[in-house]
Amino acid sequence: MPVSAANSQIVFDALKASGVRLMSALPETWLVHLIRLADDDPDVTLVRLAKEEEGVGISMGAHFAGVKSAMLMQNHGFLAAINGIVSGAQLYRIPLLMLISDRGTFGERDPWQTEGGAVTESVLTALRIPIMRLDEPAKVAHRVKQAQTLAYSASKPVALLLTRDLMWEDA
Amino acid sequence: MTRLDCLRAVYDRLADSAVVTIMGAVAAELQSIGHRPNFFYLQHAMGLASSVGLGIALSRPSVPVVVFDGDGSVLMNLGGLSTLARYRPANLVHVVFDNESLLSVGGFPTATGTCTRLAEVAAAAGVPRTACATTIDEFVKEFAEAQQARELTTLVAKVDAIGPSAFVTDLGLLENRFQFQRYLQGR
Repeated sequence: MPVSAANSQIVFDALKASGVRLMSALPETWLVHLIRLADDDPDVTLVRLAKEEEGVGISMGAHFAGVKSAMLMQNHGFLAAINGIVSGAQLYRIPLLMLISDRGTFGERDPWQTEGGAVTESVLTALRIPIMRLDEPAKVAHRVKQAQTLAYSASKPVALLLTRDLMWEDA
Repeated sequence: MTRLDCLRAVYDRLADSAVVTIMGAVAAELQSIGHRPNFFYLQHAMGLASSVGLGIALSRPSVPVVVFDGDGSVLMNLGGLSTLARYRPANLVHVVFDNESLLSVGGFPTATGTCTRLAEVAAAAGVPRTACATTIDEFVKEFAEAQQARELTTLVAKVDAIGPSAFVTDLGLLENRFQFQRYLQGR
């Protein structure tokens, strides 16, 4: 599988370095290594979800309890979680770190991913959620830290888009 | 059996727990008995109260957590029951007030009034302890046992489809949220 194990490790290490100790996730091809790393790490609680919106509630509870968390999901999972994001995380001013694999953009071979890819950024923008792209391994740690910092200073959700250039070695 | 009577009957048992409720009647009625800093009312994000409770319970295993859920909310996040069951936090008591109705938005009947049995759904999802109460005595007994059990419990309480005339209270959403967070920080 040409998902980059090395860059997944860099993303995972950056999340841990920024203090994340709970990750909620639904499987998706680009996330397989990240989810496995979370599952294998005794310092990280991995919560495997049935649907992404649950992860918003879990992150709210974790935040109230003083634990930093992150959501790992595909962009279609983000689309499925929107009500929770708006009427949970935004309504209650929750610092919510979302890592979203940005499927369906340039280079996508799966036809079923393409509609979601076309709307992800504009939906995030419509929700006034700040976006940063993770595309270069050398900048991942810095950008994850910056995203976490803004999420906490603004008490709001922020989105890091995992791009094909970072996650897929066959790009 | 009314939801308000159920809440009154176990109110004193909530003093040491982080309590998460759903929106509407449950939030308004619990506040009418008396708000406490350890109560958080999820006034929207329908379906996610049990997920918020799971996030607290997993993050703070030493803190007892009580979630007051409803049939409409559970039906909106049935997958959440499977996630609860999968991680089965021993410090979580999940109460579902089942009035077979979406009362807060006009009383539209839910599937629990015709065919769906939520205690059995929870058991089939893998929740280790489940019960269904139809009288106050049963409810209080099951709630007390669930708090002692140290095992994830879903307790369904069949209640009348009646509630307060108004749902908005003078407790601000953010005031409640930050107060609740500070309460948990202090534990």
